[in-house]
Amino acid sequence: MAVIDLANPTRFLRIVDRVLPWLIATTVVLFAVGLYRALNAPDDYQQGATVKIMFLHVPAAWLGMFGWALMSIAALGTLVWRHPLADVAGKAAAPIGAAFTFICLVTGSLWGRPTWGTYWVWDARLTSMLVLLLLYLGVLALYWTAEEPGRGARAAAILSLVGAVNLPIIKFSVDWWNTLHQPASVFRLSGSTIDPSLLTPLLIMALAFTFLFVTLHLAVMRNEILRRRVRSMRLMQAQEVRA
Amino acid sequence: MSLGPHADFIVAAYAVTLFVVAALIAWVLLDYAAQRRVLGNLEELGVTRRSQREG
Repeated sequence: MAVIDLANPTRFLRIVDRVLPWLIATTVVLFAVGLYRALNAPDDYQQGATVKIMFLHVPAAWLGMFGWALMSIAALGTLVWRHPLADVAGKAAAPIGAAFTFICLVTGSLWGRPTWGTYWVWDARLTSMLVLLLLYLGVLALYWTAEEPGRGARAAAILSLVGAVNLPIIKFSVDWWNTLHQPASVFRLSGSTIDPSLLTPLLIMALAFTFLFVTLHLAVMRNEILRRRVRSMRLMQAQEVRA
Repeated sequence: MSLGPHADFIVAAYAVTLFVVAALIAWVLLDYAAQRRVLGNLEELGVTRRSQREG
């Protein structure tokens, strides 16, 4: 089967129906293992037990950014290639990415109070992450308020591409500016600075969250395709009544 | 497992995450059920999509 065959919504729905149970099972197993390892991980020598918040905060941050990257690629598909599923993929990623960004901000705030002594500072990393959440809300507003879905899709695609500028700002904010937020500690050229006893559960939790994201994304895409079918059938029904 | 003096913050972080993820899953499931129901009703009324007619 060629990749282009996935562009057919009916075939895509058939594939989603087949892979979703496996994705759900894998996600559940990964969360069971990840949470067990996270909750039994040793305390950090400086932060104590609050390091357990890291197992939620860091994967949520990665996936909040991953969601926007996915929307940017989908935006290219919508604007350049007019791929039938590109807009569906972009629209489906927005609420999930927004939810993960929200989790990142709230858990970061709850982690900041005991470790920094404050829930919030207008630091470059925190502010750029808040901007990401606001961008997500902007895209969702464009999708939900557009009277004509096509116009909403194009506007959302343009905002997705423009908003992609924020991704390197988030990533490198801790290097470009003097921030309260710590610099990168997992993916570094010189290797991770996190002890393996904390790094292993973090990576398992990151994998679990990634599977959750992919599972939800495919399920929301399926719902969106069905919603468009309903709309198309209602239009046909209205035309028949008028004729 | 001891959560130390900042247990409230740890529990709150896990509770918020659980709530948001559960809300997302519930929304997806309810939306799927709603779309299937409406599609079923339209099909019962004999309404078809253009692509189905052409096929």
